[in-house]
Amino acid sequence: MKVKVWGCRGSLPAPGPENKIYGGNTSCIQVMHGEACIILDGGSGILRLGKYLSPEITEVHVLLSHLHMDHTMGLGFFAPLYNPKITVHLYGPSTSNEPLVNRLRRYFSPPLFPVRLSELPRHPIIHELNTSEFKIGDVTVKSDYICHPGPTLGYRLTANKSVLAYLPDHELQMGSVNFPNDPEWTSGFEIANGADLLLHDAAYTSKEYVSKIGWGHSSIRDAIAFGKMCKVKKLALFHHEPIRSDEQLDQMLLDSTQNLKLNFEVEICAEGKTYDLG
Amino acid sequence: MPAQPLELILARQFGDSLGMPCFLVDPEGNLLFYNEAAETIFGLKFGETGGMRVEEWATVFTPTDSEGNPIIPEDLPLVKTISTKSPAFGSFYIDSLKGDRIHITVSSFPIMGRPDRVLGSMAMFWKTEDA
Repeated sequence: MKVKVWGCRGSLPAPGPENKIYGGNTSCIQVMHGEACIILDGGSGILRLGKYLSPEITEVHVLLSHLHMDHTMGLGFFAPLYNPKITVHLYGPSTSNEPLVNRLRRYFSPPLFPVRLSELPRHPIIHELNTSEFKIGDVTVKSDYICHPGPTLGYRLTANKSVLAYLPDHELQMGSVNFPNDPEWTSGFEIANGADLLLHDAAYTSKEYVSKIGWGHSSIRDAIAFGKMCKVKKLALFHHEPIRSDEQLDQMLLDSTQNLKLNFEVEICAEGKTYDLG
Repeated sequence: MPAQPLELILARQFGDSLGMPCFLVDPEGNLLFYNEAAETIFGLKFGETGGMRVEEWATVFTPTDSEGNPIIPEDLPLVKTISTKSPAFGSFYIDSLKGDRIHITVSSFPIMGRPDRVLGSMAMFWKTEDA
């Protein structure tokens, strides 16, 4: 399973010379395994992904964690949606009332976007998910609701015993009891447990988190504690605040890990980075 | 042990933050959590007892009506909610483990997750004056 990061910024794209190392595009991850082409979220990073997608690919599966703008804003600029030779599957969380296709139509309609879903040369195939498990090629996908405002899914992708866990927007303190001491009562544990690579929300410093409780994001310290609880092999910290520069992100990581003895790797997720999970 | 669904985790967080007694059970009725205010009424500590099976918690407090007749578990509001997946309400007496006879009123409701999943039930208790 090969993983490529096309965007790991949170909330808003943040291009600029101060963000050259970690990038400015919002959430978008590409996972390739055999014939399967899976894309996690359609943030602004999906534009470049579409531009550089292999011409041999005829089917792509876009798994949306939720429908906040930073996870969907790139969909209208995703080239395969305008190529009738490519089948695009769009997956996203179920709600109690409104079908996913209706919620996606809100984005694909004026005044947010000029092209409607029905005007695309080939209508994407819509899949509603909740606590689901299914296969895309040889990749097993497991989804589960996690703690973030509005219906939000975390994804666990397994292939050849390698596991990628994706929880880009996740508030651990609100979604846990006695965190980080009780995995049974911790949101997202089933998704991340034993993952080879965990991409997890680490939007804030611990000090910042105090004034942002309930906004749906985690502190870097909580993300590391969660990685430890889940016994992951590698944690890539995700959802960088748009105002945060490369220098500040490096300092955040240093401040959060310098006194810790960790038996797994922790790094700041960077746009353009690739991981080979075997 | 598998992790609990998000909805039950959040329900427990909610119950834990309340000053009124509450119970949280899974779809089979097994008691997952009761809060500090419930501990005060029942004379038990969650930290000591942990969860309980439905047969256990539904009888341990010997629920009775106003004339002292035992109430069978199926007639308790929370057990009704578990079996019918709909809200229930009722008043009755229980014996706390300290031996006090207490009149309580109970409101219970199912916890339905998105899109249509039954994940458990929650009950709120009020200690009321004798009827």
